[in-house]
Amino acid sequence: MINKVITITSGKGGVGKTTATANIATALAVEGARVVCIDADIGLRNLDVVLGLENRIVYDLVDVVEGRCRLRQAMIRDKRLPNLFLIPAAQTRDKTAVSPSDMIRLVEELREESEWVLIDSPAGIERGFRNAIAPADVVIVITNPEISAVRDADRIIGLIEAEEKGPAKLVLNRLKPEMVKREDMLSPDDVLELLAVELIGIVPEDENVILSTNRGTPIVLDGKSQAGQAFRNIASRLEGQEVPFISLESSNGFFGRISRLMRSGAD
Amino acid sequence: MEEHAKVKIKGIREGLLITIRDDDWSDAKTALQEQIKEQSDFLKGGRLILDVGNHNIRAAELGQLRDMLSNDGLALWAVLSNSHVTQQNAQLLGLATRINKPIPERTSHTIDTALNGEEAVLVRRTLRSGFSIKNSGHVIVIGDVNPGCEIVSGGDIVVWGHLRGMVHAGAEGNQDAIVCAMDLAPTQLRIADHIATTPKRRGKPQPEMACIIDGQVVAMPWKP
Repeated sequence: MINKVITITSGKGGVGKTTATANIATALAVEGARVVCIDADIGLRNLDVVLGLENRIVYDLVDVVEGRCRLRQAMIRDKRLPNLFLIPAAQTRDKTAVSPSDMIRLVEELREESEWVLIDSPAGIERGFRNAIAPADVVIVITNPEISAVRDADRIIGLIEAEEKGPAKLVLNRLKPEMVKREDMLSPDDVLELLAVELIGIVPEDENVILSTNRGTPIVLDGKSQAGQAFRNIASRLEGQEVPFISLESSNGFFGRISRLMRSGAD
Repeated sequence: MEEHAKVKIKGIREGLLITIRDDDWSDAKTALQEQIKEQSDFLKGGRLILDVGNHNIRAAELGQLRDMLSNDGLALWAVLSNSHVTQQNAQLLGLATRINKPIPERTSHTIDTALNGEEAVLVRRTLRSGFSIKNSGHVIVIGDVNPGCEIVSGGDIVVWGHLRGMVHAGAEGNQDAIVCAMDLAPTQLRIADHIATTPKRRGKPQPEMACIIDGQVVAMPWKP
């Protein structure tokens, strides 16, 4: 058993924390591991929607913490993967309903029966963020190749170091290779030069992510999607495998095809 | 031996220090004369410092003493005393009354190579957004200073890395303060009461130093 608790956070909102949590958790579960996701975004829960489990919620995280139910009762089994579970956030309460020590206690209980615990952090640097990182073994910071998101990631990485949860690992989400090529977007090198942490994933922009989110089916279950492949690679890297990064060359277009042909010919 | 105890002779850096106890002055003088006679070979050519304690000694008497000693080949150059009168009389005769001053004819300038340096804090880490350092001395950072970080220093600021945050050197008004970095691209740079921003860069970053010249913040290549 690996028994790892991973918190996914970003500082800035809307960069893809929840999508990343749902997809990495699903990818780990597809490999057969027992995975529990916790939505720590109390009051603004989303992870249940992205996983397509919204209509199954009976008890939530706050119910567990306040003793209204047992931990097992709040764990919703995924409808596709029997070894994937979700503990949803309460929607009618706020972040102060839970404390960092509540989170540590709850996660300690989960460690005994699951291989991976993934915590979806809320945006911001306040109570909700501190709740989310308190029980973490590893913190993944997710950012977009935009100055504002990178600045917030830098701040968050600093706070994670200050809480002695560092060094954080980085996922660069929604990268557009064509824009990087035109030098209209920060490249992974630009981002890494500033943040100076270990990069464990680059996820390309993919319209299918929106479709999959709306449908409540994580993109990793789509074998053809590039973004799905990127999330599967992140899961493999978390499991300790060495996986090369996906080529940033666009798969569309004449040159992209030529270079792929050349590469496969060389193999 | 009891006579000898009235007078103590000790070699110090400035010469021979002769201490006379607070007994009757004429007794002490006799004891001194006797002792000098006894050890004249050893003492010959010496420079004497006479510590007479609380005795009040007249100028004439001091003069006599000096002549007597010079007959024995000894040069009296200082008289130490707690008595103001004795001190004044000694000064009248051109004798020193303190020995912690350097001896005029033997001064040699030694170059002091032990520098004390100045107060500074050294930080070895990446300073990320939200961090701040405030120090009345200098600030040295080994690592990057990212945007959103703030360094305020009473002295100089040296960054061995990228400087992209806000820095204020010479914050207590020191116009001579400098800011150095391997890549000087701060969001804002302040020295004393001057404020500057980084112009759009052309080409590769290079080590630069910023300081005030003619009332303006100027950046120039930082070279050894």
